[in-house]
Amino acid sequence: MTEQIAPPVLRAVRLTKAFGGLVAVKDVDFEVKAGSITSLIGPNGAGKTTLFNVVAGLSDPTEGYVEFLGQKMVASPERGWLEPILWVLPAGLVWLLTYGLGLAGVVTAAIEVLILVGLGLLIATLIVAVIRPAWYTRLLVVLGVFKSARPNDMVQAGIGRTFQNIRLFANMTALENVLVGMHGQLKASPLDAVLRTGKQRREEVASIEEARRLLQYAGLRNRDNELARNLPYGDQRRLEIARALATKPKLLLLDEPTAGMNPSETATMMKLFSRIRTELNLPILLIEHDMRVVMGISDSVTVLDHGEKISEGTPDQVRADARVIEAYLGKGAI
Amino acid sequence: MSPRRSISSAIGNSPVGRGSGRLRAALRPATSSAGRYFGKHQSLSVLVGMAVATAILPLVVLIPPFSGFGGQNDFVDGFASAGVFVLLAVGLNVVVGLAGLLDLGYAAFFAIGAYTYAYGASPFSGLDVPFWPMLLVGAAVAAMAGLLLGAPTLRLRGDYLAIVTLGFGEIVPVVFLNADKYTNGTNGISALYQPALPAIGDFGFINPWPYYITVAAIIAVAMMLLYRLEDSRLGRAWMAVREDELAAASMGINTVTTKLLAFAIGASTSGLAGVFYASKLGLVSPSQFGFTISFTVLAMVVLGGMGNIWGVAIGAFVVYEIQSQGLKQLNNFVASSGIPPIHIGFVNVDLSAVNFLDYQFLLYGLALVGMMLLRPEGLFPSRRRKQELHDVDDAGASNQELVEA
Repeated sequence: MTEQIAPPVLRAVRLTKAFGGLVAVKDVDFEVKAGSITSLIGPNGAGKTTLFNVVAGLSDPTEGYVEFLGQKMVASPERGWLEPILWVLPAGLVWLLTYGLGLAGVVTAAIEVLILVGLGLLIATLIVAVIRPAWYTRLLVVLGVFKSARPNDMVQAGIGRTFQNIRLFANMTALENVLVGMHGQLKASPLDAVLRTGKQRREEVASIEEARRLLQYAGLRNRDNELARNLPYGDQRRLEIARALATKPKLLLLDEPTAGMNPSETATMMKLFSRIRTELNLPILLIEHDMRVVMGISDSVTVLDHGEKISEGTPDQVRADARVIEAYLGKGAI
Repeated sequence: MSPRRSISSAIGNSPVGRGSGRLRAALRPATSSAGRYFGKHQSLSVLVGMAVATAILPLVVLIPPFSGFGGQNDFVDGFASAGVFVLLAVGLNVVVGLAGLLDLGYAAFFAIGAYTYAYGASPFSGLDVPFWPMLLVGAAVAAMAGLLLGAPTLRLRGDYLAIVTLGFGEIVPVVFLNADKYTNGTNGISALYQPALPAIGDFGFINPWPYYITVAAIIAVAMMLLYRLEDSRLGRAWMAVREDELAAASMGINTVTTKLLAFAIGASTSGLAGVFYASKLGLVSPSQFGFTISFTVLAMVVLGGMGNIWGVAIGAFVVYEIQSQGLKQLNNFVASSGIPPIHIGFVNVDLSAVNFLDYQFLLYGLALVGMMLLRPEGLFPSRRRKQELHDVDDAGASNQELVEA
């Protein structure tokens, strides 16, 4: 019962995503409760992956927003026009000062230098803006500017994901793939790496240890040093999950994780998902075509059709919903 | 604290051990199969390797047939110049080989490094900053330029990035050509001051040895640092961005910072090369930093084996020596071999009158075409790239190799 009281991990509110005239996702609300597996299903072209990409920070929604752990992460930009002003502000001040000093005849020789300083400041602010460090985002928030979190910010906030068509780092080993997933938790700077400080070495050793453990957890034994591209298909799927777990997520987004698997592989994957949920207490948002998987492990199912939510509830409720049957099988089936 | 257990505790993990005993325990399994990261002592092998190469090369040229080609000092002078290209290639390898960003304007950073030294240590500006701090200044200025180039090109990939960097490479010499006030325009800046370090002798045009030793030391340090970076969190991020940028971002990597750092670090190595080059030559002019430099260095990286630091360094050295010594000797050889002129109809071919140095780029082209067809991974490929390109025929064998390594 505690799960019902706890606030949802992820909440999408009135999400709409339009590509020109095509409305791929329309007014969809859904949430993922703590410790639960929520599935997103629907016929091909229903807008599942679009919705997923919005949630993962890959594209801004046209309307609505996504809240993660109570914080608004993704929405269309607000007061975006303030940002360019911020970029030219430091340089503009220096240039104004230069102009004033020149007019007043106070300084004549150093004016070139001041102009260059302004140029340097302009470039520096622009570079800061593209890097978008955390303090810059905080500054934007103070000014009331809202920009959606980028995919890497979402990961830092605690959303790990896998891809529908496997996107491993094909020419890196399994271990390296997982180590890349741990990137955000490693704190050693490039300077630490160059100096091989004790901190950096300890961190690397510990991260390799943990990466091994994650590989084992996902069911990849003795595959550490194999290139990802050479792994069998099922193992590549597992590696994607190990890599996503390595980001220390508080929510796991899985995009058709059992696509192309045979029934026995699918069964082991389902076991892995259940273990992730129970042992790690990690909520999962799942897109899946295989109804056996969806109905077998989901706590809650959301059904999309033509970009709209047509049904929501427990697997049994959804299975009995006439609109769902209609969407999948056509009107005559009812 | 969230109610859920952390992943590491659930899987039974020990986080970063603070105590030394714990560290040792953690290290043991790591050295056994993750030796790629720690066991190899790459820094030591780079230093020893460079020291051995530096000591042996001047001796090799004393034995025939090399001894017939010129005096030892001429060779050592050539090696010192080759060192410039080794540095350039090793730096470009970071951008192209590791981060996968095709940069066709790399000579721009070389020019920026060289001009930084020229401005900081010549009668032209009146400044006289010693060589050694200028190395750092040159590297820093070039790194800034790398950031400057990197920032607007971040959204570009592949062909588009290549074109923009090509443009940057063309713009920089033109800027130096036209900013007369700071660069002395077409004439360039001459009579640059030479480095001074009494411990390794007198730097001068007649004595190439101090330059040779200096460049070897710079290369050794640069390679050591680059190896360390490659084996770090940043190196893995570079590779991840090269493999799949979207997936890299979805693993929490700030791809913007990662790519900017690749540009900046590659550029700073190039800046070092520029400072050294300017000090050795004693003059800089805009015409020295054209597209041919960018192209030559890229060819060196590809021929040497993209992604492998040692391979790229050796590739650059070999290509430079072929170009500067090999072709000259080919001229001499053909001229002295007395091959008679051939007449085929209207065509007269007189090999002994051909200056092979003029055909340098034709030969580059041929070498590159041949290489791409026969050995696309380069002369000394990184293990990774070798596998990537020879996957079909021997994937199994190389896997075995990797497991054992």
